[in-house]
Amino acid sequence: METKKLSFVYLKRIDYSKYAPLFALIVLVLLSALASEHFLKFRNITNILRQVSYTGTIALGMTFVIVAAGIDLSVGSMVAFVGVLTIYLMNYLGGDGFAVCVAVFAALSVGSLCGALNGFIVTKGRITSFIATLATMSVFRSLTLYISEAGEVISHNDLYPEIGGGYFMNIPYPVIIFLGLAFLFHILLNNTAFGRHVCAVGANQQVAIYSAIKVKWITFMTFVITGFTVGVTAILLSSRLNSVSPGDAGLFYELDAIAAVVIGGTPLSGGKGTIWGTVIGAIILGIINNMLNMLGVSPYLQGTVKGLIILIAVFAQYKNN
Amino acid sequence: MHNNTNPVLSIKDINKAFSGVKVLNDINLEIQSGEVFGILGENGAGKSTLLKIICGIYTPTSGSIFLKDKRVSINTPTEAKKLGISMIPQEFNLIPTLSVFENIFLGSELKSGLLLNKKEMRMKTRSLLDELKTDLSPDALIQNISVAEKQMVEIAKALVHESDILIMDEPTTVLTNLEVEILFRLIKRLKARNVTILFISHKLNEVKRVCDRILVLRDGDQICINDVKDVDEHDMAKKMVGRELSQVFPPKTSPGDEVVFQVDNLSDDLLLKDINFKLKKGEILGFSGLIGAGRTEIAECIMGLRPKSSGEVYVNGNKTRIRSAADAIKYRIGYLSEDRKGKGLILNFGIPENISLISLSKYTNLLINKKKERQRSESFIEQFNIKAASLSADLEYLSGGNQQKVYLSKWMDTDPFILILDEPTRGIDVNAKKETYYFINALVNQGVSCILISSELEEIIGLCSRVLVMREGEITGEMEGEHINEEEIMFCAAGVR
Repeated sequence: METKKLSFVYLKRIDYSKYAPLFALIVLVLLSALASEHFLKFRNITNILRQVSYTGTIALGMTFVIVAAGIDLSVGSMVAFVGVLTIYLMNYLGGDGFAVCVAVFAALSVGSLCGALNGFIVTKGRITSFIATLATMSVFRSLTLYISEAGEVISHNDLYPEIGGGYFMNIPYPVIIFLGLAFLFHILLNNTAFGRHVCAVGANQQVAIYSAIKVKWITFMTFVITGFTVGVTAILLSSRLNSVSPGDAGLFYELDAIAAVVIGGTPLSGGKGTIWGTVIGAIILGIINNMLNMLGVSPYLQGTVKGLIILIAVFAQYKNN
Repeated sequence: MHNNTNPVLSIKDINKAFSGVKVLNDINLEIQSGEVFGILGENGAGKSTLLKIICGIYTPTSGSIFLKDKRVSINTPTEAKKLGISMIPQEFNLIPTLSVFENIFLGSELKSGLLLNKKEMRMKTRSLLDELKTDLSPDALIQNISVAEKQMVEIAKALVHESDILIMDEPTTVLTNLEVEILFRLIKRLKARNVTILFISHKLNEVKRVCDRILVLRDGDQICINDVKDVDEHDMAKKMVGRELSQVFPPKTSPGDEVVFQVDNLSDDLLLKDINFKLKKGEILGFSGLIGAGRTEIAECIMGLRPKSSGEVYVNGNKTRIRSAADAIKYRIGYLSEDRKGKGLILNFGIPENISLISLSKYTNLLINKKKERQRSESFIEQFNIKAASLSADLEYLSGGNQQKVYLSKWMDTDPFILILDEPTRGIDVNAKKETYYFINALVNQGVSCILISSELEEIIGLCSRVLVMREGEITGEMEGEHINEEEIMFCAAGVR
């Protein structure tokens, strides 16, 4: 009897803000289906998801940084940096599958190391993440341009494009990797001590310190995770195009990744957040891009629409709080 | 004085319900100008709700409020301020890097043309502070003044806005005894200015001293309104809990002889000088002294939360190496901070997540066993009689007393052998206090040793078998058993001898 009453109270207390991203996605899908007959076609859906997977994967890592009350602005430049190094390494190793394997491993490692650099500056250097990653954003892009002498870096490996362009049961590999990582990260954030500690550090750093949580280590690791996801995206993107353009690759990815996290309901002040929210946030951004293209809206206006969506998402959260 | 005809504030048939749950039932009050009106009740009795209705944070479900016979509706704190009602917040809303006068005029700066008229603001602040008989400088920075002075600034700020009704919610919890005296003198002067004060406190002796009349609330019902001269503290407590309060303090137990914990020559470079003490098995060792005497600092040094410049800590005779809270927990030392909200609990987490935060590894293989986590919390909820709408409700929705019980559970879940309690009953009601005292007693009976840091002398005297008194970073007195008494503690704390 007593538990029944408790669960009843709980049901009533479920706040709709928690599921707002999901409702928004459903409404958006319905509207899009009405607006264009091509929208719901399987090929279109997988295309949207493939587009989403690049920034979406980074957004997964970014969720950890933001829940821990940090931010990472360097991810876009990092994509280009990791991508260029990866292709150089692969071209050096040759055209076989072994080269691809080593390059993939290298990309994940370099990405994680770049993240570790951010984490190191933030925790040991005691510099706020906004400033620290603003600086490394500039550094990574500049190093990329310098190494490549600002020219397009093209892969000479015929197997490599299979990663970004291949399919499993008609679903592009990048989509499978994105959703698979999302599942793992959901467990990591929700069901492990690490995830709990990330939330605690973001909610109240003092309480975390007084509760014997290794605040610096946790903060550091959120940046490493984000660096790792950047490594994944660098592979997906450079293998899809079989090249990296050092000036353009990953440009403004930090904005899309942060936008996906925020639209997904994670407050920038940290302390809480969900991975599935971020996935939905990323898909919402993807659908909007897709629809604007299909409806023939000028690409120059798409940024405006994206900006408005971010404002609406934040406004909705603010109203609910 | 309350027989005057025109009440300055009257409240008629106020009801308030949150999603169908009634928290205030038919409250009726008439408060006279220049009166100090006490509002009493246990945590959750509806005091805060009533106050929040008066100062515009909540709107009542039904009923009406009259100011000087004029019906008003107060929908926001800003509207309340315009009507002359100001709340003196417990946690002060002052900007530390600005001066006293800049804070007082914040948001309503005096200007001459486009520029600030600092001269006039400074002058007005000066005359106001003179009137309050304080020699605080208008140019002093908030970060450099004491807590009592900050409170004074908040009050001055309310007066500048010509508030004639001040709401003081537990104003003395953050003050030392000396500062409380200053506040009470100030209240007298405010009365002389015909300022009306609504005074909320858990300390019944203060209510008895300072109030003219009291209202007692219990479970949202108005139990009675009395002239203070007609009731004593015992009556008040009885009315609050609705039954006879038996012995507040459990009988003292005598500790064993075995020394389980020892601090030798502990110093930091800032405040603490050569601290030495021993703690016996099953002992409650009290730390008394004024705020800022260094008691919390000792606890934080022991826990590895604050660097020490010298000194050793021994557990069971073995020298320890503690550099972080994690190290201290390995030696089974626990520390309940005085700052429950700032350092103790995560307010946007639920009960299980808070309780398991330190002891999470107990529930974790690779993944957290959330079912086990919940079950453990349920047993604590039962043991400590914690009242919450649901397990997963965010902690910010729990009353102070219940939050404190969750905090205690959080440390009990680490299975401590030595527990340092820093102001464990701050801001909680009589009943919850009593429960806490009995719980501490039960703990030491099981062989846990406790260090009790408290600014409430009654608590120290009622619970501890031995007391150390601190002053300016040094231990200035030690008393045991029969010899523990209020005068002696105050002498040592104030440095009279």
